[in-house]
Amino acid sequence: MRGDRAFLMILPAYLLIGAVAIFPILNAFRISLDRRMPVFGISYFVGLDNYRFLIQDPRFWQSFLNTTYFSMLSVSLELTLGLIMALLLHGSFRGRGLLRAVVLIPWAIPTVVSARMWEWILNPDFGLLNYLLQQIGLLSSPLNWLGDRVFAMHALILADVWKTSPFVAIILLAGLQMIPEELYEAARVDGAGGWQIFRRITFPLLLPFILIALLFRTLDAFRIFDLVYVLTGGGPANTTETLSLYAYKLLFQTLQFGYGSAVAVATFLTVLLISAACILLLRRQSHG
Amino acid sequence: MGSRTRRVARRPLFWALVTGVATFCLLPFLWQLLTSLKSNSEISTLPPLLPTRPVFDHYLAIFQDRPFGRFILNSVIVASLTTVSCLSIGSLAAFAIAKLQFRGRNLLLFSALSISMFPPIAAVSPLYLLIRAFGWRDTYAGLVVPYTTFALPLAIWILWSVFREIPDELYLAALVDGCTPFQVFVRIFLPLAAPGIGTAAILVFIFAWNEFLYALTFTSTETMRTIPVAIALFPGLHEIPWGEMAAATIVVTTPLILLVFLFQRRIVSGLTAGSVKG
Repeated sequence: MRGDRAFLMILPAYLLIGAVAIFPILNAFRISLDRRMPVFGISYFVGLDNYRFLIQDPRFWQSFLNTTYFSMLSVSLELTLGLIMALLLHGSFRGRGLLRAVVLIPWAIPTVVSARMWEWILNPDFGLLNYLLQQIGLLSSPLNWLGDRVFAMHALILADVWKTSPFVAIILLAGLQMIPEELYEAARVDGAGGWQIFRRITFPLLLPFILIALLFRTLDAFRIFDLVYVLTGGGPANTTETLSLYAYKLLFQTLQFGYGSAVAVATFLTVLLISAACILLLRRQSHG
Repeated sequence: MGSRTRRVARRPLFWALVTGVATFCLLPFLWQLLTSLKSNSEISTLPPLLPTRPVFDHYLAIFQDRPFGRFILNSVIVASLTTVSCLSIGSLAAFAIAKLQFRGRNLLLFSALSISMFPPIAAVSPLYLLIRAFGWRDTYAGLVVPYTTFALPLAIWILWSVFREIPDELYLAALVDGCTPFQVFVRIFLPLAAPGIGTAAILVFIFAWNEFLYALTFTSTETMRTIPVAIALFPGLHEIPWGEMAAATIVVTTPLILLVFLFQRRIVSGLTAGSVKG
């Protein structure tokens, strides 16, 4: 109630968010207008030169397309698998608590660790996947999954789906639990079948939650870094390089602070656009 | 749950899906566990799938030949300090937003929400310069301060939704009895919100334990590495020593799995706090 006390209580949070989040973001815009190489003491203003270069940089556009492809495919698979998991967890059966804990395990494991786990499964010489596929006769000779231009990207998607579908499942489960049981009963009395109930009741009422999961997951997928850094390093031939990884390499491997910041800012702006679009979609959904 | 779910639960398709999902979730972990118990000669050949005679050499090696104990210590210190500072700062802010009237409280919620959406890469270059200028590279502070900041939205969001449920009358009655708002917060709201605080603590701890980009960028000496950085930069002579790698991944994931089994309800409620109420 008292303004001054309230101010003191939120001051630490404001200070941190301002100094460690908002100030650096604005500063990244500022740095992106410079040509900067801190190790050599080079730093001068070049205006929009970095952005002019960025628009014509094929590697930027490839990483942009890689990130978009990765996000779209992995998020749609995660929504599908997450929905299946949520429907399973919503049922009442013996072992539901156990299944819920099991499903949460991939979510809790650090992304870097999960990347190493999948790297070992996909290992060309001693990997479990090659062995199993050869055993059941789907593969005649071992494949180098992570060294292949087509498979490498899909290996990343597989590892990401494994890691993050549980998150989607938990969000959707919360949505399922809010649908009143009477609706189902009424529909059954009217003679509706399982698929009809799903299509007419479950899905429409779940839609806001699906959109929230879509928003969170898309933003998360678009900034993917850890998984790619460990699993493929962006290879082979940059076919799996994402925006965050490209920016990281520019900043800390080739030490182009100005241009690297421009790529990071471009990533930020894209994410901003995506979230604005998703929020508009959510608004329209909740009003109509 | 009505008759629908019970009917569904009897179908073989249902149990096939449950088994499939459980296998998919557990398989990579179990495969690491098996690998970590195999001798090097058994690792480089398939079959056998199972170790013929379990060996613990790889577990010994990561603690004796590598500073793995130190990495774990680093991660424990960084994640614990982050959790404590994030919850102290976050609970104060969440309480003020939920119960006190002041201008700009929606602005704080909004800015907290929006910084949770931006990609960490966007702030990494200026933060790196800032941390270098402070002389904070290779220090715990260099990780704890950014982690606290970036976990704040999560903590504020969860705790705000908890404090909001506590009736205003309780707050007003305590004020009438002569408490200051801060005393009300400490004596009444914190104890009542204990479960919610536990939830936020688990999620913040896991976030700090798993963070990679900043840990990679802000540390340069091996002894200051956290677990994710150590696992990502796992050195081998020619190829990755997969036995030791497997042992390392098992050592760092086992506590997380225990956490999940002990607190799955809290974790689920924390993850859904924003989406259900917001």
